Amino acid sequence: MIQVRGVDKAFGEKAVLHGIDAKFDAGQVNFIIGRSGSGKSVLTKCIVGLLEVDAGTIQYAGEDFTGLTPKEREGIRLQIGMLFQGGALFDSMTVLENVVFPLRMFSSMGTEERTERAMECLKRVELEGAEHRFPAEISGGMQKRVALARAIVGRPRYLFCDEPNSGLDPQTAIVIDNLIRDLTQEYKTTTVVISHDMNSVIEIGDNIHFLHKGSVAWRGDRKGILDSGVKELDTFVYASDLMRNIKAKLQGR
Amino acid sequence: MGLLFHIGRYFAFMASALRRPQKGHVFAQATAVELEAIGVQSLGIVALLSVFMGAVIAIQTAHQVVGWVPAYTIGFTVRQTMILEFAPTIIPVILSGKVGSNIASQIGTMQVTEQIDALEVMGVRSISHLVLPKLIAAVFIFPFLVIVAMVLGIGAGAWICMAADLSSLADYEYGIQMDFRSFDVTYALIKTCLFALIITSVSAYHGYHTSGGAKEVGRSSTKAVVYSVVIVMVANLVITQLLLT
Repeated sequence: MIQVRGVDKAFGEKAVLHGIDAKFDAGQVNFIIGRSGSGKSVLTKCIVGLLEVDAGTIQYAGEDFTGLTPKEREGIRLQIGMLFQGGALFDSMTVLENVVFPLRMFSSMGTEERTERAMECLKRVELEGAEHRFPAEISGGMQKRVALARAIVGRPRYLFCDEPNSGLDPQTAIVIDNLIRDLTQEYKTTTVVISHDMNSVIEIGDNIHFLHKGSVAWRGDRKGILDSGVKELDTFVYASDLMRNIKAKLQGR
Repeated sequence: MGLLFHIGRYFAFMASALRRPQKGHVFAQATAVELEAIGVQSLGIVALLSVFMGAVIAIQTAHQVVGWVPAYTIGFTVRQTMILEFAPTIIPVILSGKVGSNIASQIGTMQVTEQIDALEVMGVRSISHLVLPKLIAAVFIFPFLVIVAMVLGIGAGAWICMAADLSSLADYEYGIQMDFRSFDVTYALIKTCLFALIITSVSAYHGYHTSGGAKEVGRSSTKAVVYSVVIVMVANLVITQLLLT
């Protein structure tokens, strides 16, 4: 479980996050949603330690991550897997080398064992046969799946996915969503997905935090999100014609 | 204020870069890759430039001195120019354009495509992981390239003297041996190592602190070359004053 308490973050004079409280449960797909510029990415970067918070605490399984030195944080970081928005694959390495990389750096496994584990993860994301290709030689959807395989290869306790469906067609997006849900249940990870894709939220969101202007304006589950009564969230959820039609149909019944 | 900020950040960057590698065999493999990229892939351009420079220096010296100073002056001048300045200073300056811009754009691209964030989240100390192999490889391989440049430049001078009948081989040989001080080579290699360190670290620093997109990567690459060359020139003056006077 990850617990965020009273987190503030500003860049110079510009306050981006203020008083963020959030709880992300283990074995669940936790969503952070909100419009562009609402502070989702900054909050995520604070949680994983890429940015330092100005105030507040972030706890991983009760341990205060914000109070640790960079050296002390390494222990927790080894338990984190992250899927970046653009995949962030190492372009000088093949698909297999990308997936093996965290194991080469941090495990005591031998070459054969590492390769076996990496191949197992590639199989899990349905990418057997692509292991010797370079990131530039595969599609965006495949890159996301490779990044997911790399994120889970070390059997992380915490999985972060930053806009996992951005730039993907709807069918591939569903594949990625299902993978995230299945892996969360399989590995019992605390999964945090940053997204503004309402399809994903409705499909796999167990626990949802809606960020508006740097604060958590609403939290709840996917059933509650369609009828939250929060004006900003309604505007966000029903921004598309499709969602408005769904709402109209639901109200017509 | 800006200059002080960059100096402070550069030294903090170097302190991180010089930390002990997290995994020895990954570091060794990365260093081997860098030796190939920085050294072997630069051998052609270094050889080409050195041959032409050695030959041109010989011709220019002959053009100016023949008739009023002994012919062995050609060999002496080629040797001194190649050992003291062309090989240890001009070759690194040229390599800053090739190697430095490559390092800055490679690390800059990794920064803007979140590959460095990915390393950090994994628990990898990204600066040390990316920069230390390049520093070690450059400090090790630059002196080798410079020695190659010295030998080829002096050899090319001999070849052009005979081919263009500027002086006899015996005069040239006498010139390159005359008043030879081995400390000149030591001085050249010391400053080569320093320049290798400057070029790789300044380029890596600019690449690492890139933010934005392709345009900023290009800008970092240009800054890397410009700042490397300026710092190399200043360092050249300082180290020459310290070691040769």
